[in-house]
Formats: sequence, structure tokens, C-alpha cells
Amino acid sequence: MPNLKDLKNRIESVKNTRKITKAMQMVAAAKLRRAQDAAEASRPYSERFNAVLASLAASVGNSENAPILLRGTGKQAVHLLIVMTAERGLCGGFNSNIAKLARSHAVRLKEDGNQVKIITVGKKGRDALKRDLGDYFIEHVDLSELKSIKYVNAQAIAKALLARFDNSEFDVATIFYSKFVNVVSQTPTAQQIIPAIFENQSLASDTAIYDYEPDEETILADLLPRGVATQIFAALLENGASEQGARMSAMDNATRNAGDMIDKLTIEFNRSRQAVITNELIEIISGAEAL
Amino acid sequence: MANTMQFDLVSPERRLASLEVTAVQIPGADGDLTAMPGHAPVIANLRPGILKVESPSGNTDYVVTGGFAEIGEGLSVLAERALPLEELSQDAFDEILKEAKVMYKKVEEEFQNQPGPVDDAAKLLSDMVAMGEQIGLNANK
Repeated sequence: MPNLKDLKNRIESVKNTRKITKAMQMVAAAKLRRAQDAAEASRPYSERFNAVLASLAASVGNSENAPILLRGTGKQAVHLLIVMTAERGLCGGFNSNIAKLARSHAVRLKEDGNQVKIITVGKKGRDALKRDLGDYFIEHVDLSELKSIKYVNAQAIAKALLARFDNSEFDVATIFYSKFVNVVSQTPTAQQIIPAIFENQSLASDTAIYDYEPDEETILADLLPRGVATQIFAALLENGASEQGARMSAMDNATRNAGDMIDKLTIEFNRSRQAVITNELIEIISGAEAL
Repeated sequence: MANTMQFDLVSPERRLASLEVTAVQIPGADGDLTAMPGHAPVIANLRPGILKVESPSGNTDYVVTGGFAEIGEGLSVLAERALPLEELSQDAFDEILKEAKVMYKKVEEEFQNQPGPVDDAAKLLSDMVAMGEQIGLNANK
């Protein structure tokens, strides 16, 4: 049986840990609200944007002169994976889930004989993938200095991406991020952004027939690069909300576990103390009897 | 025919306005256009300029720096960057102007013998300057 002093120290240290996890949980909760607000505020823009883009894409269709961002290069040889994770850990399975999805994707692509390139956004994803896929890294985007993600940050990523696309460094680009469902559940998601695909294409063809000014192709050529930025921005915001949500529930669990541990240790402590007292009493009594 | 239509002005970061309006003057890429209720469906590119909103509850002006407008049942303006006119300070204007200038220089170096992109960047810059003059901000600092 461990002695009383050790137990007492142990309880103290678990109590301190609980204080930390509790504080982290509360910070995450506050940040989550802000991240959720930001994600919600960006939703009208991206929804309208995608709707317009989808209807444009449907009308220009797969014609010969459709922009390359929509049509693709006609090859599938080089895949670029943009893995977006958090800059910080201690948020449950958040980072490793995204990394796992990206890794399985990369492995499958390699088995099919495709070339894989990886851009990592966020330190944790880079760390997680470095061992297996480190050779494929071509760039890392560091967002750790930022307090909150602004549209210009997404624009910068998109610009770099498009420059690479113009240099025909890749054929297909896919972003990996975590979709925010609710506080306890976040779904790691893979989304192809170049060439652009639209889920609700059938829906788009039902909308009104628009006049275009200047003309469809010019507008589409102008909008598609912005669409890339918009999608990256939306993904970054979803990721931000997911990270805080994951951290909040992870820290909630940790706080509860610490509480359970303290209870258990306290009982053990009290028992050992009682055992010591009982022992002493027995010694005194048997000593008195012996006289 | 209805006298008002739904108008939404959204930027990637937030929704700036959502209200019933009677008319909106839009700085289109090929020239200004005014949308009123019952306008034919149009999608138009924006140039940097001033978006004038007329609604029953008063008029508001916004500064936009590009994006596009969708006129359908209502009007949605999706701007890259947008803010109410009165919030645009000289500093903020200087900043976006500087961005446009830097961009112009870069494009000029990159596409030396291709007039297309250079002209586009030059137009963007001159649109910005014109916008500044219209508001009464100094573009020559």
C-alpha cells in the first residue's frame, strides 16, 4: 500500500491537472462560440456563391472553351492534397482523424499509380504525416500567428495554389478538413476543389436564366479562382469551429476523468489513514493488555 | 408589381445588409447599372466603386472592391470586400490603394508583353482612384 504522503501528493497533482483542463475547456467554449459565429457569418456568401457558380457551370457546361479550372487538365496523374489541421494539440481525435483520412487517400492514390503532393496547413497535420509521407510535402502554411482567420488568409493560400496550377504542377486538388456537425461530433471531409465540382448541379439548372454582363465565360473565369478561395475560407472556418468543439469535449472528458480519479484516490487515502489509526490502536491496546 | 425587393450585401466574413429596397445602383465592370424591382435576371461582375442603395427607410452607400451581383427575384451582391461608405477612412483607402498598386507592379513585371492582364490591373487601379475621388479621399498620398 502506498504511503499517505505519496497519496496526498498524487491527489494534489491530479487536482492541479483538473484545474488546467477545466480552464482549457472554458477557453475552448468561448472560442467555439466565436468560431461558430464566424462560420455562420460566412455561410450566406459561400452558399450564394456556389449557387451562382453552379448555375454558370451548368450553362457553360463541358464545352471546349470552358475554363480549365472547371474542365480540369484532362489528366488525373498528379494529385495535390491540402491537409488542414490545427496548430495546437489537446483536442481529442481532431488532428489525427484528418491526418488518417488524408493518409488513406494518399495511399490509395499511390497504389493506383498516381503522383501525390501534399500541402499542409497547420502544424499538427504536418507532424502527423511527416513520418509516412514527408517526402511528398511541397509546402507548409503557418497560421499559428493568427488570432482569427480572415478571408485574405484563404486568398493567399488560393493564390499560391492557383499559381501552382498554372505551372501545371498538379491536375487535381483536394482539401482535407473537418466539418463541424456539433460540439461532440466533427466529420473529417475530403473535398475536391480543382477541377471544381458542384453537388447540386441538377438543382442549379432549375433556376432562372440569367443575362450575363460581360459574358458567361468572362464571369466564370473571374469567379472560379474566387470560388477556390471561398471554399478554402469556408473549410478553414469549419475547421476552426471543429477544433474548438473537439477540444472542448476532450477537455470536458479530461476534467471528468480527473474528478473520478480524485474521488478514487481520496477513498484510498482515507482507507490507508484509517488502517494506520487502527493499527496504532491495536498496538496500544495489546500493549496495555500485556502489562 | 412590387415596389421593393429583397437586397443582400454579403462579404466572405459577414452579412452587411439585408433589407427591402426600391433601387440599387451597382458599379458593374462595364459600367454602372441600376437594379429595380422586376429587373431581368442578370449576373454582373463588379468593379471597385460605390454601391448606392435606396430603400424606403433611407439611402445608404457602400464601398465595394469587386465581386459580383446577382439580380434575380431579389438582388444579392457578393463583394470581396465591402464596408459602409462612412467607415472607409483615409487610412483604409490608402491600404487598399497600396494593395492595388503593388498588384499592378507585380502584374506589369510578370506579363511584360501581354497587354491583357496589365490592362486589367491598370483598370483596377484607376477604378480605385476614381472611387477615391468620388468620395473625396486623396489618392495621391
